[in-house]
Amino acid sequence: MKNHLSFKNLTICRDDTGAAIVKDISFDVAPGKVVALIGESGSGKTTVSLTALGYVRSGLRVTGGTVTFGDTDILALSGHALRDFRGRRIAYVAQSAAAAFNPGLTIGFQVAETASIHALGTAAERQAHVFKLYEELQLPAAATIGDRYPHEVSGGQLQRLMAAMAMSAGPECIVFDEPTTALDVTTQVDVLKTFKDLIQGHGIGAVYVSHDLAVVAQIADEIVVLQAGEIVEHGTVEQVINKPQHHYTKLLIAASDPEIASKTAKLPKRPATVLISDSSKHAEMMPTEGDPVLRIRDLCVGYGATNRQGEPSVKVLKDINLDIKARSIHAVIGESGSGKSTLARAICGLTRFYQGQVLLDGASLSPDLKSRTRAELGRVQMVMQMADVALNPAHTIDKILRRPIQYITGETGSAVDDRIADLLHKVKLPADVARRLPRELSGGQKQRINLARALAGQPRVVLCDEVTSALDTVVRNAIIDLIWSLREDLGLTFVMISHDISTVAALCDEVAVMHRGHVVEQGGTESTLRAPRHAYTRKLMRSVPHLRVGWLEQAIDHRHTDTQLVLEG
Amino acid sequence: MQTSISSEPAIVAVPAKAARLGAAGYVGVAILVFWLLIAIAGRLVAPYDPTEFVSDEGFLAPSLQFLLGTDYLGRDLFSRLLVGTQLTLVMALIATMIASSVGTFLGVFAAVAGGWVDMALSRVNDAFLSFPTTILGLVIIAALGSHIPVLVITTGLIYSTSVFRVSRALAMDQAQLDYVVVAKARGEGRWWIIAHEVLPNIFAPLLVDFGMRLTFAILFLSALSFLGLGVQPPLADWGTLVRENMTGLTSGVFTPIFPAMAIASFAIGLNLIVDDLATRSGQHIVGKLI
Repeated sequence: MKNHLSFKNLTICRDDTGAAIVKDISFDVAPGKVVALIGESGSGKTTVSLTALGYVRSGLRVTGGTVTFGDTDILALSGHALRDFRGRRIAYVAQSAAAAFNPGLTIGFQVAETASIHALGTAAERQAHVFKLYEELQLPAAATIGDRYPHEVSGGQLQRLMAAMAMSAGPECIVFDEPTTALDVTTQVDVLKTFKDLIQGHGIGAVYVSHDLAVVAQIADEIVVLQAGEIVEHGTVEQVINKPQHHYTKLLIAASDPEIASKTAKLPKRPATVLISDSSKHAEMMPTEGDPVLRIRDLCVGYGATNRQGEPSVKVLKDINLDIKARSIHAVIGESGSGKSTLARAICGLTRFYQGQVLLDGASLSPDLKSRTRAELGRVQMVMQMADVALNPAHTIDKILRRPIQYITGETGSAVDDRIADLLHKVKLPADVARRLPRELSGGQKQRINLARALAGQPRVVLCDEVTSALDTVVRNAIIDLIWSLREDLGLTFVMISHDISTVAALCDEVAVMHRGHVVEQGGTESTLRAPRHAYTRKLMRSVPHLRVGWLEQAIDHRHTDTQLVLEG
Repeated sequence: MQTSISSEPAIVAVPAKAARLGAAGYVGVAILVFWLLIAIAGRLVAPYDPTEFVSDEGFLAPSLQFLLGTDYLGRDLFSRLLVGTQLTLVMALIATMIASSVGTFLGVFAAVAGGWVDMALSRVNDAFLSFPTTILGLVIIAALGSHIPVLVITTGLIYSTSVFRVSRALAMDQAQLDYVVVAKARGEGRWWIIAHEVLPNIFAPLLVDFGMRLTFAILFLSALSFLGLGVQPPLADWGTLVRENMTGLTSGVFTPIFPAMAIASFAIGLNLIVDDLATRSGQHIVGKLI
């Protein structure tokens, strides 16, 4: 017998202020169906999903409504009954499998732990069940993978093992909390497919929390769109994607798919529309001719003990050659571990390169940070991925911006005040932000401050390391717009390190694709992404989820041939 | 561009996370303030000269004339305790300040410098930590003599090894963070990074550590005095007062209990504050300290 998971008028308030952070949520998860909760961070989607496990974060309280599973009132469970319920009837798959596994215990022990805690079957039966799950989830070496430790398998495998862990006690429903967000796009495709097969094969219900509409379109039956703790839209995947009713849903759809963005005339004109729809006009708008501002010649970076020739034992980057044209936005894409962040660190001097040259305006930059002059340091600036940890929590915005101005330009007194006001204006923040501390700003505002700090050094080139990947879709687009306008207004050159193909497609003029420390392909964004020549680029492009039902199956069909080619190439 | 701004949430004013004390914390503060007042004004309030023999009889029970009775030589214990408080607290405070400044300085320097500097400092520190503190203190003081500066500096240096550990761990966390990386990429020197990027963010846990270290310093100095290596007669800190009156316990008087209670109450008061702060600030400071 299969049970429905029902949320009825669920309202959750903060303990201290009494403010409702989730308001009047009602939806139903039928057996065998996947309901996706979509929304930006802070919309309450995780809070709602966790109530299905009878969990409410401390500091919050359910003030109204019920969550029931069949006849069970989940919110009324406590103590032994709650422990008995969790894991066995509804299980949980967390976002970061790497953080969810205990590094000191073998995988097999942890996967079977749920079943053994609930004392289901004999040890041998549990083992047999786990092996079956490994096979279903297409994990390699099912017989021995359980003997390994979490660090001995890949991120994608670990995420699948986490699903095996959730399934080990045979639950009737699973809560997935952004399970593929931390994975590379190429890995994400495989993991999504196995999740989908698993859910369908066992006929279990699932709540799938995500901020990525294109991912959800592949796996869900229904979509619930949350904004500020309220359901703004609820319907089948086809309804929500093809006929969105609410303004916010339309915004999300436009933001998550450049192809659709160009077709939706009502939305504000973004760079993406220009780039995708009309390439000839695009070329006119951006004069990218002229000498390259940054030239990278035969760059090699590595770490570990060096041999007699001065080559380190582990080589991360091999013979990188890149020309970054003045006033261009140049993307470097590739999966994690491909060396793209190392490239950025080598350019700005944080990581030494042992061979090759970095030429800025024709002048060679030293591989050693300490040998570079202040002016040289100022002309190459880096913006970090996590806006939160890139700003010192003890400093006001004023201090964060003042120091680089004074340090690099040597200006003092009121000239610096003027520059701070000017920088804030350039990143489109009000001047009174200067008095605030970083924690008083939103994620998007912090990222603007990061950009402003980079501008303080009066750079020629700004290296952006995944600057948009930690942001929600809508905020991300605002930052993309800002980078675009900074290039237009100030004539800056940007290098965008990214794994997010849709950002790259929307923003960048040129792209370099990195794979295992090599640049495997480079050229104009449009030609490279539309007609990739290298097999890895093709695989990467096919892995970017499209906002279209049935895309996943297509991608998997192509997958086999691509993998062959990548291995050969 | 207007749309890009309006689509982001307005600036959220998050109130500063004030570390407010709970009831237990206030009890701790009251105990500390009490002892601090005595340390300041004790000499003025004391009814007798602490070294004067006010009675022919030792170990007199508490009375209106002698509030805490007399000690083994017939001196007024109340006056001796009041005056001894100042000596105890000032010695412990200076020792802790030495421990904190030396330990923090070297610990943060090791963390930010990294490489062989960190390795060398950490191993030397480990070598000192491997000695039991009391034995190490006894050896040094036995060699150099029980002068007050020797006692204070020895205590400070012994505890600086633990402070080194704590501050290095705290600074290591900071050194990995992107704002330190950004400062490095800008070309900032080591000392600027230490002073501006690292220290402001580890100040609060270090302050808590200071409180805990002060307790340890008082207990350590008292232990030295109790063993006869601490403050020498006729001066007396709390530890000495316990030791010199210890024989009274065998004859059934409570004289040494009063200075012992002084030590205990001060330690408890400090711990109440530290624990309260640690739980309220939500930082797992206590775990990092020991």
